[in-house]
Amino acid sequence: MMTLPAVQKRLGRYRRAIWLVGVALPVVLLLAAGIGAYWIPPPEIPRVLLQRLEGYAVLVEIRFPRVLLAALVGATLALSGAVLQGMFRNPLADPGLIGVSAGAGLGAALWIVLFGALGWSYLGLPLAAFLGGLLAVSLVWRVAQSGPRVHTATLLLAGIAVSSVSGAAIGLLLFLADDQQLRSITFWTLGGFGGANWALLALTAPFMLLAGAGLLRLARPLNALVLGEGEAYHLGISVERMKRQAVTLTALGVGAAVAAAGGIGFVGLVVPHLFRLFAGPDHRYLLVGSALGGAVLTVLADLVSRTVVAPAELPVGVITALVGGPFFLWLLLRYKKEAYA
Amino acid sequence: MPEAPPHPAPQALQKEGGAALEAQDLGCRRGERWLVREVSLRLEGGEFWALLGPNGAGKTTLLRLLSGEIPPNTGEVRLGGKPLERYRPAELARVRALLPQQRELSFPFSAYEVAFLGRMPHLEARAETPQDHAAVQKALEQTDALGLAERLYPSLSGGEKARVDLARVLAQEPAILLLDEPTNHLDPKHQLELLEHCRHLAHSGCLVIAALHDLNLASLFADRLLLMKDGRVMASGTAQELLSPELLERVYGVPFQLYPHPSGRPLALPRAAPS
Repeated sequence: MMTLPAVQKRLGRYRRAIWLVGVALPVVLLLAAGIGAYWIPPPEIPRVLLQRLEGYAVLVEIRFPRVLLAALVGATLALSGAVLQGMFRNPLADPGLIGVSAGAGLGAALWIVLFGALGWSYLGLPLAAFLGGLLAVSLVWRVAQSGPRVHTATLLLAGIAVSSVSGAAIGLLLFLADDQQLRSITFWTLGGFGGANWALLALTAPFMLLAGAGLLRLARPLNALVLGEGEAYHLGISVERMKRQAVTLTALGVGAAVAAAGGIGFVGLVVPHLFRLFAGPDHRYLLVGSALGGAVLTVLADLVSRTVVAPAELPVGVITALVGGPFFLWLLLRYKKEAYA
Repeated sequence: MPEAPPHPAPQALQKEGGAALEAQDLGCRRGERWLVREVSLRLEGGEFWALLGPNGAGKTTLLRLLSGEIPPNTGEVRLGGKPLERYRPAELARVRALLPQQRELSFPFSAYEVAFLGRMPHLEARAETPQDHAAVQKALEQTDALGLAERLYPSLSGGEKARVDLARVLAQEPAILLLDEPTNHLDPKHQLELLEHCRHLAHSGCLVIAALHDLNLASLFADRLLLMKDGRVMASGTAQELLSPELLERVYGVPFQLYPHPSGRPLALPRAAPS
């Protein structure tokens, strides 16, 4: 029996979309590595690297860690968003939903207010943020646990509750903070890659890579889960184990991403939607496509953030929301009839 | 279309000489309320069982217990002599499928993609092959849903969704098929086709258990009926043995009258005064 043409067509759409972001990523990485206060033509980059020409130090010491960090953070956020949307069976889920972003924000704000004067914030701040994120998620998980099972709706509600309590605590710290601390907390919350260097990358990349590798393996179970937890079980999925993996890995990955770059909103929510609109919802493609697309979008956003008002920098979170938001609205208006009929 | 080959009798059942599902003193409670209690059953391949009873009798809970989805509070369910909890979910899924009552989907999957999910238990350790797609297409054809393949599942009508979902569980090629009110949302033609298909599957070696509300369709199509009330099994047997006005009134709480059907199986209607 021949495969249906409609099935072929859909498969073609998935493959084209993956191919597109797969090609776009290296192009965008090279562009972002070349563009900046010191201009290095992207096609020249390999030569500059090999022959250690002028600009070598800029590339290796400044641009590469920053661009790579942006790519990793974007990929992690978008991939985590796609996984959590699938796990909660809710297209409105974003990586912050399980409390990790707000917890990390609280950890960071605490660090800034209590220890900001110590002078080793480059290490302590990410660590405090990371721990804050993990603590928040483990609290959320405890609340939602009953016996061997975790109730997904409770997980979502507990995530919202813990997030708003963290938000209130951050507000309290803002009230207590002096002007300099206030500025640090606010900029941290809006996100950015200004602090990128190899040390920060080395600290956070392993968590993001580990989480990414684990999350990509959840594609098949997530496909079964779209029908519901009971149906996923009947299709042979160990649902509780899968939820545990999804939450643990997104907490690790997003915790590290937020620790490295602060709160960059929007990427985790929107990139999976873009992929669904252009290609389709099959998680076997969606997860890879979201990771690649998130990397592309975030590297571009960082490029804009450090070039439009150079030598100053705009927070990346502002760019992602400012440019991505209206674009996403336009897409929704254009495709709503086809995709969500 | 050529005649479908007989359904492959699965190994798990062949080994155990046809003993499919056994339940012993099965009980399940939520808080103080027993949804199912003291149920002991032995259901074998080759038979089509209809599960009957009023709302809240425990039909859905019994199906979920028999599928292994929820662990019982008392007793156990055995498949081929081995307790369900000693199977891995993926092992079970290659042997049994359950068609649920409610269906909702928040992402724009196509009907074909939904039906293809039925192949998942078989794709645990191998890549998909053209045979997998052939199985899905055959299942879609059997439920008259091939024409819906391209459509987005969330945009389908209730009956269309029901047919796509049925194709999904058929594509799973289970030896034990559990159906929770499968005729809901279906028009009479598709109801008949579904029940005929269930009977065909059962008579080629499968165990089919369907929770039904229509006593008459159950009487005409099922080999055996299981009557439930308040979580207990009230009676089980063939339609001829079971369908008596007294028992039906005891189970459903309204008086019934029986009518003969040319097949010899009784039809039962609740007594009601015509307007």
